[in-house]
Amino acid sequence: MANGNTQGEVVLAADGTPLKESLNKAMRKNRIRALLLVAPLFIFILFSFLIPIFDMTFRSVDNWQVGTLMPNTSLALKDWDGKAIPEEAVFEALIADLKAGAITREIGKVGTRLNYEKSGMRSMITSSARKSKKVKEGPYKPIVFKMHKKWKDLETWTVIKRNTSAYTIGYYLNAVDLKFDKSGEIVRQPENRQIYGKLFLRTFAISMAITIICIILAYPISYLLATMPLRYSNLLMIFVLLPFWTSLLVRTTAWIAMLQSQGVLNDLFVFFGFIDDANRLQLIYNLTGTIIAMTHILLPFMVLPLYSVMKTIPPTYMRAALSLGANPFVAFVRVYMPQTLSGIGAGSILVFILSIGYYITPALVGGTGGTLISNQIAYHMQSSLNWGLAGALGALLLGSVLALYTLYNKIVGIDNMKLG
Amino acid sequence: MSESPDILVKFESVQKSYDGEILVVKDFNLDVAKGEFVTMLGPSGSGKTTCLMMLAGFEPATHGEIYLDGVPINNVPPHKRGIGMVFQNYALFPHMTVAENLAFPLEVRGLGKSEINDKVKKALDMVRLGGFEDRRPAQLSGGQQQRVAVSRALVFGPKLVLMDEPLGALDKNLREEMQYEIKHIHEELDVTMVYVTHDQVEALTMSNRIAVFEDGIVQQLAAPAELYEKPDNAFVAGFIGENNRLFGEVKSIDGDFCQVELEGGSGMIKALCVNIGGVGTRTTLSLRPERVIIGGTPGSSTNTLQGTVEELIYLGDHIRSRVSLSGNSDFIVKVPNSHGHVHLKEGEVTSLGWEAEDCRALDA
Repeated sequence: MANGNTQGEVVLAADGTPLKESLNKAMRKNRIRALLLVAPLFIFILFSFLIPIFDMTFRSVDNWQVGTLMPNTSLALKDWDGKAIPEEAVFEALIADLKAGAITREIGKVGTRLNYEKSGMRSMITSSARKSKKVKEGPYKPIVFKMHKKWKDLETWTVIKRNTSAYTIGYYLNAVDLKFDKSGEIVRQPENRQIYGKLFLRTFAISMAITIICIILAYPISYLLATMPLRYSNLLMIFVLLPFWTSLLVRTTAWIAMLQSQGVLNDLFVFFGFIDDANRLQLIYNLTGTIIAMTHILLPFMVLPLYSVMKTIPPTYMRAALSLGANPFVAFVRVYMPQTLSGIGAGSILVFILSIGYYITPALVGGTGGTLISNQIAYHMQSSLNWGLAGALGALLLGSVLALYTLYNKIVGIDNMKLG
Repeated sequence: MSESPDILVKFESVQKSYDGEILVVKDFNLDVAKGEFVTMLGPSGSGKTTCLMMLAGFEPATHGEIYLDGVPINNVPPHKRGIGMVFQNYALFPHMTVAENLAFPLEVRGLGKSEINDKVKKALDMVRLGGFEDRRPAQLSGGQQQRVAVSRALVFGPKLVLMDEPLGALDKNLREEMQYEIKHIHEELDVTMVYVTHDQVEALTMSNRIAVFEDGIVQQLAAPAELYEKPDNAFVAGFIGENNRLFGEVKSIDGDFCQVELEGGSGMIKALCVNIGGVGTRTTLSLRPERVIIGGTPGSSTNTLQGTVEELIYLGDHIRSRVSLSGNSDFIVKVPNSHGHVHLKEGEVTSLGWEAEDCRALDA
């Protein structure tokens, strides 16, 4: 640098080619090698992870049903102002679409899609499609009105018109407890249907609680592990890692046996007279159960980074602090703890992100009060088959994790994180 | 000396064992006077650091008592002893700046902000690091970290400062520079220092007195010059400086001197009796290389022997000559590279002479 290209002139190699170029040539082989080493994993992740994520996220905005399966109606509604029931031309198009849809048996998908926006739409569409096969000639308006009374509703047409566009924010509105009202304005869901906002909040609160409990439990254990002689610390490390080697399902069901009202813990409490038989504690199928079981499962993720950081702190720092006149408590708080912050940060971010998306344990021991947002996503994937909403919920979860990660990086700096 | 009020530190028959089977420190006695610079010197594992740690309070003594300023301190925790300490790898707190590191001992003592700032500034100026207040330890060179560590151990005005091989991590030039710096600080501030090292040059440069450790025992406690010139036993003679050893049997003792018959069959040698059993016992003769005279005629020195030059190594200021003498092929002679010095050739037979006072008969 000191005697190099200060004026931007090109540095040449011995044979006269620019130095950068010959360096690139020399490094190309290494780069290709590195690429080949990474390739199998990258391809695997691409197909098994990245593409599905993009697919699910795309489903959360995708709105193909009405536009594709009711092309005539979509076209006819293009210039509709939405102020009154549409003209005869629209009804003619509607009958054509219903007829075509009934023959291909695809019209149900439109019904399902519209039903997410307003309940009752599915039966209206399917029954009308069935009846449309017999319709010979117009005027179509009165015929359609006779098929189902909801066709006289202005809102029905508003919903259909809104969903003729290929993309929708409807799933996202749904995921944050908002909806379109009759006139198409965005409003809050009624009180008794606001579930996802509460679930998101509960998921964050539980994850936070589990993270804090994990810090409190893991800190002393990690300290002991890091300061003990190696032969003892190895044994203790095995105990810490033991949960990793046991199936998640086995551990969770073990907690059921431990915590249920006729379980080991309650029996012991009754035996020692802490509680009487009639008032056994409800420790499972609620929030308590979720927190206990998840803390147990995630604890090693806090212990390991903490341990690896503490292992690198030589005992002379504490000794130095003591020799400088700090009592053991002050020395610990002012000299030891700040040096473990990177471990706390790494452990917290691991535990928090893992618990935010946790599924099996809350599903098994959470009951109704201890389920998390992931359980709702699973419900929409498996039971209600509303994949658009599942995609929207998942994307929001992913987004919030990334936002938290960015925030963490801003405050603590991801380079300070030590995982091992 | 032991009852004098000038004694700051007193070890009284201190023993230390870690496992209840082996004593790493066996019956350690030491008085350190106020203002003195005492070095504990010895190979690794000789118990010197353990003694320092007991004094600092990080290791309890298994037996015996340690006094600081006349007060027994065995049950005083380290943070109440008020002893400054410099650690082997400096132990500067990595998450604090230089100024924060220096302020730490003052803050835990509850000093006021302005007083702390004053003292920190003074301490940094003392080690010529003014302007480095806001650096982190990781941004300093080894020598600078070392100086910060020293000034941190001094900033709260302790009467006693301990140093545990503080210069071990520095390169040779810097180490020498720091030796003088620490020596000057000691003279300037009039603090008492107890220093641990395995480097004899370091010990000789800085100390008022040196305690030579081996196998948990102090082999000799003396001023540097005495230690070098008058070692008490074969270990000290071998550990401090370079030393030629010849083995033999004591034939007769005549006052301070004795006649020793060399094992190689080269005849009788007159030597100073220092640490021998009696007539008929085996002895190690210790002789400093620089006291050997080359090429003298028989009779010009008390002892004269013939040796064969095996190897010559040119070292600039002197020529190191390995000579085989009386069956010992590792006999070293230093020929100073002065004007008109003796020119030896490899394979040449030459006469080597020395005075009886320079040849010390020690334990075998």
